[in-house]
Amino acid sequence: MKVETKLEGPELTEFLQEKALTIRRDIIKMTGIAGSGHPGGSLSATDIVAAIYWYALRHDPNQPKWKERDRFILSKGHAAPVLYAALAETGYINRDVLWTLRQFGSALQGHPDMRKVAGVEISTGSLGQGLAIACGIALAGRLDKLDYKVYTVIGDGESQEGEIWEAAMLAAHYKLDNLIAITDYNDLQIDGRVSDIKDVCPVDDKWRAFGWHVICIDGHDMDQIVAALDEARQLKGKPVMIEAKTIKGKGVSFMEDMVEWHGVAPNQEQMIAALKELGVDDWTSW
Amino acid sequence: MTKPRATREGYADALLELGEELPNVVVLDSDLSKSTGAARFGKAFPDRFINCGVAEQSMMGAAAGLAACGKICYTGSFAVFATGRAFEQIRNSIAYCNFEVKICPSHAGVTVGQDGGSHQSVEDIALMRCLPNMKVIVPADYIEAKTAVKAAAHISGPIYIRLGRPAVTPVNGDDYAFEFGRARVLRVGGDVTILAIGIMVGEALKAADRLAEEGISAEVINVITVKPLDEETILASVRKTGRAITAEEHSIIGGLGGAISELLGEKHPAPVKRIGIGDMFGLSGSADELLRHFKLTAGDIAEAARELLLYTQ
Repeated sequence: MKVETKLEGPELTEFLQEKALTIRRDIIKMTGIAGSGHPGGSLSATDIVAAIYWYALRHDPNQPKWKERDRFILSKGHAAPVLYAALAETGYINRDVLWTLRQFGSALQGHPDMRKVAGVEISTGSLGQGLAIACGIALAGRLDKLDYKVYTVIGDGESQEGEIWEAAMLAAHYKLDNLIAITDYNDLQIDGRVSDIKDVCPVDDKWRAFGWHVICIDGHDMDQIVAALDEARQLKGKPVMIEAKTIKGKGVSFMEDMVEWHGVAPNQEQMIAALKELGVDDWTSW
Repeated sequence: MTKPRATREGYADALLELGEELPNVVVLDSDLSKSTGAARFGKAFPDRFINCGVAEQSMMGAAAGLAACGKICYTGSFAVFATGRAFEQIRNSIAYCNFEVKICPSHAGVTVGQDGGSHQSVEDIALMRCLPNMKVIVPADYIEAKTAVKAAAHISGPIYIRLGRPAVTPVNGDDYAFEFGRARVLRVGGDVTILAIGIMVGEALKAADRLAEEGISAEVINVITVKPLDEETILASVRKTGRAITAEEHSIIGGLGGAISELLGEKHPAPVKRIGIGDMFGLSGSADELLRHFKLTAGDIAEAARELLLYTQ
């Protein structure tokens, strides 16, 4: 059976926000225990990923290879914790595995590996490659006359890669309206502000010029995310880019909009403080 | 003997047959489909042909995505762009995921000719050979290319098949059928083993003829599959002759010469001479001029054999 939510309106919003909170707590605990990883970009993408998994995606955790499933590709693979947390919460993987992140012998590699984890559609991590792969999956869906959608989250820093724009042209030329991309636009990359390093602005005009339908939203407003996904799924004749303005480290006050939290994990003290902010008083019981 | 034909023609002919036989074969190219011959597949099976424009990186990505959905993908382009420009896409999007993508670019080596060094791939075998999951095949003539391209659809995982621009005189009969991982002994000899791939197989046979006139008995092996090597056939020959020459239209670093040196160094140390392009780029000229310039002729192989025998008597 496929996962579907029948909720609507405020109940749906609250349900998705709860899922996002769970994912945020898991991201903090996973990276905290691992002692490494990328919490900032995982937290900025959390609300989007929650809406994709619990609202948009037609999928069945009991049949990860179900032919008609919608596909989700985390092109910004360094945000692996957000994906792993979603896969655990939806039931693709055992929750206990989360706490082995990045350890020797763990299926949860530093960047997602499709050969090791059920539900990981494509191995990613080398930036810029997920969108072209998503194009291939969208093309295959058309060839096979299957009506699945392909969702992919790319980073704003990742958009500095040339392959992203090759793929942007490819998707528009082949009118891949089964492809929905989301830019997690948090304006931070490893070396600093995206706008200082090599500005990708204006993101919306660029994608529009490349022949995409563009929807601009606040990437932490669940109602806006849901509305954008609805619009994207209905649109015909063009691929869709959802430009989601986000905050790196969203949900943890001392991590928000701080470049330092791109690729640094919280130590135990910071992990406990972050989980407290996320409503967990005793981290050992989470 | 049939007329000379290019290995790239074998690719184009094989694709047409594969298109009929296997509904899940998809062909991608990056604006070189007239040169690779993939355009003919595109005309016959327009839905299953994807021209990605001049964009090799996203071509490899799209192939990976299609393969993730059960397609068997063949990608074209020229060897220098397919393996060089898109190397990291091949590594992470294709080889790391062990996808069914068969990378079959044309115009490898210096026989590209007048286009010059920027377009002459002399390092592609080295690049592809070091990737886990990747297999490497270098056909010597049309029929070898055609049967290898067809066989690749049934060999699991990513494969690199190196194809060339010029027409080459066949070294195999029309009844030839490619066998994955098997080298072929084309001529039996006892004094020296000549291991060749691609267009150099024909040169090796000519060299063996000349050496025979001088009383030197050369064994000629068409290696065909550079990875995995047919260690059994190669080692049996070198155990007999005690010395080896490698011949390839590729850098002497990292290609067949590298692979054979590694094998012999570990399993049967023996003197080796590598015929190939030195540590340098190509340049413009006719194919024949360039083969002479880079010392890739039968005469150069024969000379290497004489030297090797002289020093190792």
